[in-house]
Amino acid sequence: MSGKKIVKVGLASCGIAAGAQKIYDYLQNNLNKDKAKLYKTGCIGMCFHEPLVEVKDEKGIFLYGDVDEKKIEQIITEHIEGDRPILDWVVYSDTEALGDSDYLTKQHRILLRNSGVIDPESIDSYLQAGGYEGFKKAVTTMTPEEVIAEVEKSGLRGRGGAGFPTYLKWKFTREANSTPKYVVCNADEGDPGAFMDRSVLEGDPHSLLEGMAIAAYAIGADTGYIYIRAEYPLAVKRLRIAIRQAEEKGYLGKNIQGTGFDFNIEIREGAGAFVCGEETALIASIEGQRGMPRFKPPFPAQKGLWQQPTCINNVETLANVARIFSDGAEAYSKCGTEKSKGTKVFALAGKVKRGGLIEVPMGISIRDIVFDIGGGISSGKPFKAVQTGGPSGGCIPADMQDTSVDYESLKEIGAIMGSGGLLVMDEDTCMVDVARFFLRFTTEESCGKCTFCRIGTKQMLDILDRICQGEGQPEDIDRLEKLGKNIIKGSLCGLGQTAPNPVLTTIKYFRDEYEAHVHEKRCPAKKCKDLISYRVIEDNCKGCGLCKKQCPAAAITGDKKEPHVIDEEACIRCGLCISACKFDAIEVVSEGKTNAVKETAASGGRE
Amino acid sequence: MALKLELDVQMQEKIDNIVHRHWTKRGAAIPILQNIQNEFGYVPKESLPRVTELTGIPASDLFSIITFYSQFRLQPIGENLIQVCHGTACHLAGAEEITDALLRAANIKEGNTSPDGKFTVEKVACLGCCSLAPVININGETFGRLTPEKATKLVKSGDFPQKVRDEQPEGKSQCQCQCGCGGD
Repeated sequence: MSGKKIVKVGLASCGIAAGAQKIYDYLQNNLNKDKAKLYKTGCIGMCFHEPLVEVKDEKGIFLYGDVDEKKIEQIITEHIEGDRPILDWVVYSDTEALGDSDYLTKQHRILLRNSGVIDPESIDSYLQAGGYEGFKKAVTTMTPEEVIAEVEKSGLRGRGGAGFPTYLKWKFTREANSTPKYVVCNADEGDPGAFMDRSVLEGDPHSLLEGMAIAAYAIGADTGYIYIRAEYPLAVKRLRIAIRQAEEKGYLGKNIQGTGFDFNIEIREGAGAFVCGEETALIASIEGQRGMPRFKPPFPAQKGLWQQPTCINNVETLANVARIFSDGAEAYSKCGTEKSKGTKVFALAGKVKRGGLIEVPMGISIRDIVFDIGGGISSGKPFKAVQTGGPSGGCIPADMQDTSVDYESLKEIGAIMGSGGLLVMDEDTCMVDVARFFLRFTTEESCGKCTFCRIGTKQMLDILDRICQGEGQPEDIDRLEKLGKNIIKGSLCGLGQTAPNPVLTTIKYFRDEYEAHVHEKRCPAKKCKDLISYRVIEDNCKGCGLCKKQCPAAAITGDKKEPHVIDEEACIRCGLCISACKFDAIEVVSEGKTNAVKETAASGGRE
Repeated sequence: MALKLELDVQMQEKIDNIVHRHWTKRGAAIPILQNIQNEFGYVPKESLPRVTELTGIPASDLFSIITFYSQFRLQPIGENLIQVCHGTACHLAGAEEITDALLRAANIKEGNTSPDGKFTVEKVACLGCCSLAPVININGETFGRLTPEKATKLVKSGDFPQKVRDEQPEGKSQCQCQCGCGGD
C-alpha cells in the first residue's frame, strides 16, 4: 500500500441519516483506485459533524466533517490526488490540533477504540485489531472459574444502569445446577436519547460476540440470544453478518477452537416495548409472550429463559468483557474510580455544541463532559442542568457540575448512571416540561401489572399536564412528591421503581420553576404552550408579511410595511412565524395569566 | 370475537411460508407476527386463525401480543409512512411542533392517516439520531435538522423515497434504509 491513501466513511445510522451513504457511493464511483482504497466504518463519534470522511496518508489522519458532494469533489482533487489536505474542513487530525480535535483527545476510548476505525462488516478487520485474542486465551488456557475470577479482578459492573457486579451474575449462573444454561444480551436500548449500544453494534459487532462467547464459556452455556430493538435495522444487519463470519472462522459453532466448547447465537428482535429492557420481561418476550416482569426471586441466574439458569448482560458490559480479556483485568481496572472501574460510553445530546458518542473514564466530572468534550452550550445561553439515565434517571443542576460520574456519586444526588443518555439543557429548557416528557413516556410504557405504576404514573402525569396548562393547584407539588415516593415503593420492577425520578429530582433542584407554573401561571423557560404568547416587536418588524403567509391559523394581520399584529386568541403557538421572520421581530413571552396575577396580587402575593 | 375466516389464497400462501420459516423456533409467535406485518404493512386480523391452525398458538395469545407491543398495528397504513421521532433530544428540539406541521401539511385532522390515504403520520420512540434532532423518517429515509417549515416543504415536495416495503429480503431485516426506522 505504499503511497496509497486510505479513505473511510462513517456509515452508522446517524451518518447515513446525514447523507454519508451518498458520499460513500460518490467515492466508490469517482475515487481513483490506484490512489486510494475506500472502506466503510462505524460511528466515529463526532455526530455533530456528520457526514464524516477520514483520509489517511503518510503524514497522518485527516478527518473531514460536514462533507457534502461539493466538498468531497474538492477533497478528491486537492487531498487524495493532489496531496494537499484542506485544513479548513478538517475537524480532527493526529498530526496537529485542528478543528475539534480536543473532542476526541479528551476521551478515553477503550470500548470504542475500534468503532470508526475498523470495517464492521469484516471479521478480518476485527482480527487485525486484535479481535478474538482474548476469547482464545480464555477458552484455551483458562478454566471457567479463572475466567470469572478475572472478571472479578477487573471490577466490571453492569453497564445497563444498575451497576451490579458482572462476575457475581456469572458466578450465580455457573453455580446453578441445571442445564442447559443461556447467555442473553440485552440490546433493547429503549431510553430515548440513548444510542450507545446501537453504535457499538453498528461499529464493532464482533466485540459483543466475543464477550458473549467468553460469558458462555464461563457459565457453561451453549446457546445465546441477542434481544435487540427492531428500531435498529442496521445494527441487526451487521450482527447477522458478524455471526455468520464468526461461525465460518470457528469462533462460534461446534467444538470452538478445538476445545469441545459449543456456542451458538440467535437474534431476537424486540417489538417496541420499553419494559422489555427489564430482564424478566425480556425473557418473557423471547419466550413469545407479552413482556411483563415477574417477581424476583427466583432470579434469572436460577430460573430464567425457559425456566433455565440464564445470565443477562447489557451490550456495553459484554463488549467490555472482550477488552478485559485482550488487555488484561489489571490494565482494565487502572481506569476509573475505586468502586467504578473502566469507562462509560455516553450519548451526549441536547443543547451542547458537540454532541455525539463519547467514552470517558469513570470519575470524570459533569463539567469536563459538558465543557471540555461537549464544547459548552450550543445556544451560548447559561448551562442549566444535565439529565442522565433518561426516563429512569434524574437531573443534575449546573451548580453540581463537579459531581463525579460514577455509580455511587450519581445515586447519592438522586440521579443515576443509567444506560448512558446524557442530555444537556440550557436556560430555554423547561424542567417541568422535561419531567412531563419522561413521565409521559413511562406512563405509556408501563406494562400495567402493578397498580402503583399503572395508575400512579397516570395521576402524576395528569397533575403535570394541568400544571403546564396553567391549572396547577397549590398542593400539586407536594402531591407529586407523595405519589412519586409511593410508586417507587409499590412497583415490582425497575420501570415503576424509577419512573418518578425525573419528577422528584426536578422538584428537588428546580422547585421555583414548578412554583412559577403553579402560583404565577408562568413558564420561566417560555416553553409551555398554554403559558406563553407570541408577540411582534414593533421596532423590528418591517411589515414584510412573511410571517402572515406562514401562519396556518391566520392569526397575523397587518398592512405591508407596517408592523404586524398577532391575535393571541387565534394563535396556535406553532412557532412557524418565528422561523419565518428574518428580522427577529417576533418574541415569546410568558408573563403569567392576568387573572392569576390579579388573584395573587389581591391576596398580597407577588406579581 | 368473531373473526372473518376469509383468507384469499395468495395471502394464505404467504402466511404459510412465514410460519414455516419460524415455527420450529421456541417462542416463535413474535417473529411470525413481525414477518406478517412486514409482508402486509399491518397484521390482517383474518390471518390470525391460520396462524393458530398451523402453530397451535391460541388466537387470544396472538391478540394479546399484538395489543401489547407498540410495533404491531391491525389497520393498514397510508401510502407513505412518516415517523416522527419523539426521543428526548427531538422533544427538546421541537418534535411536537414538527408533528403538528406534518399533520397540517398532510391534511390529517382525525386519526393519523390522511383522508386521501396518502400519508400516515406516527410518533415513534427514539430513532437514535439525536445529534440531528429533530428527525423524521419517511418511508425508511431519515431526515434531520428540521424546522416546521422544512418539514412542511418536504412533505409537499414529495422529495422522499417511495414505498420500499414490498421488496424486502426474506426473513432478514426488512428496512432498506439502514437508518433506524423500525423496518416498517
